[in-house]
Amino acid sequence: MTAFVEYLLTGVARGLVFALLAMGFVFIYRVTRVVNFAQGAFAVFGGFITYSLLRAGIPQGVSELLAVLAASLIGLIFGVITIAGDIPLLASLIITIGLSILSEAILMLIWGTTPITYSGLTGHDFVILGAFIQRQYLIVVVASLVLFALIALAFGRTYFGKAMTACASNPYAAKLSGINVKRMGLVAFMLGGALGGAAGVLITPLSPMTYDADVSLAITGFAAAIVGGLTSPGLAVVGGLVFGLAEQFVAGYWSPSNETAVALALLIILLLWQARRMRLEGLE
Amino acid sequence: MKLLESVEQPTPNGSIPADALLATYDLVVRYGAAVALDGVSMYVGKGEMVALIGPNGAGKSTLLNTLSGINHPAAGRIVCNGKLAHVPEGRQLFPELTVEDNLRLGAYRGGSRDPSPMYELFPQLYRLRNRRAGGLSGGEQQMVAIGRALMAHPDIMAVDELSQGLAPIVVSDIANHLVALNKENGTAVLLVEQNAQLALDITSRAYVLENGRISKEGRSADLARDPAVHEAYLGGQVSR
Repeated sequence: MTAFVEYLLTGVARGLVFALLAMGFVFIYRVTRVVNFAQGAFAVFGGFITYSLLRAGIPQGVSELLAVLAASLIGLIFGVITIAGDIPLLASLIITIGLSILSEAILMLIWGTTPITYSGLTGHDFVILGAFIQRQYLIVVVASLVLFALIALAFGRTYFGKAMTACASNPYAAKLSGINVKRMGLVAFMLGGALGGAAGVLITPLSPMTYDADVSLAITGFAAAIVGGLTSPGLAVVGGLVFGLAEQFVAGYWSPSNETAVALALLIILLLWQARRMRLEGLE
Repeated sequence: MKLLESVEQPTPNGSIPADALLATYDLVVRYGAAVALDGVSMYVGKGEMVALIGPNGAGKSTLLNTLSGINHPAAGRIVCNGKLAHVPEGRQLFPELTVEDNLRLGAYRGGSRDPSPMYELFPQLYRLRNRRAGGLSGGEQQMVAIGRALMAHPDIMAVDELSQGLAPIVVSDIANHLVALNKENGTAVLLVEQNAQLALDITSRAYVLENGRISKEGRSADLARDPAVHEAYLGGQVSR
């Protein structure tokens, strides 16, 4: 029972981190139709930048926030490279893979190949239903929920958020209304960068970050995003939770080395299910 | 929205008045190797209602999309001395967003985002304001599309296929609204229509576009009596 509660809570926390990554995929895809395979790199940058800022003596909280802003800026740069100009969609897709590889090289040059970590906000760990839970997991849950709420507010209540949804809903009509769809795509990349950065910032204290973690992070985030057909932020959160829980239960009750295999198997099943659902709904 | 300043230049088509609200001069638009518009010169005067009729694929929608800056001309000029709003073919609403959000987004370029004037114009939209636009009937969607365009406070509205997929009674209701708007607010209208009868009935001037070229132009009433126009566009015409 104790173990179960522990796996459940850590699974939820890690699931929310995957959900942040997944939402990055979703927001970028909705506006630009680009599947951004460099999404994991934002998280790696987020983790490493926080690490360096903390070591430079910048206080906790500030470091994390700055790292998210930096990741957002990297998102903007990636966006400019990926969608500026009249690049065919397929080329944009390949560019994001290139950017992912380039990021690894840059990360390795700056920070080397040693995994890094830092402690999250200081404070006591706590016990829930007999399970010993690191405080960072609680921080992850609260921070993710606050971010989701902010996003829901921004898209549900603000004019700018509605305009962004309009770009996803009908780019042609959005252009006719005077919305600059390309610029909205760059805003989506900034948002994706910030969400990815936040994921990295939150997860690094829980599992050490390496320069080449971006691919596995991107695959998990993509898999979670696929649950909502890459277009539904809400279902992306559900997808993230499914993967987080599956990962923790597999690692806990079976073996940590099977984590990735199970995640990939789940991804394949989801893709097959999606393809079937799309066919049934007559989409594409 | 293209706003190219008119420069003094002899125009091949001398019939375009200098104070036209919207004018195109020898407009050429290509899709790759295909020529969609092949030297189109036309104009809409201030407060005027003008029809653009012609068969499918003649380039009518291409012309409108070029006026709105979606397509770029390969040659020729567009002069627009006012604000143009485009009601596109097939309504093209934002289906996931509410009626009210659709209307409000029409004011994206600036001006008041208050949609209440549209509810005065189309009272039935008021009770639908919190419904998703995608769930509305065709006629209601067309009202939202026109309302969204009007939110930009245009001097000229380009309306593409007003009657498409609508019941005749709905078409005449919405057409009456357009005529009223034109009379009361002086909003000029460029109406692209498959239903030539309707278009020639409510406009004062018309162009016939065929194969990317203006093949005929003149007063709508005269064109309606023109045997060739009658044969091609009015004979046995059934509105869809």
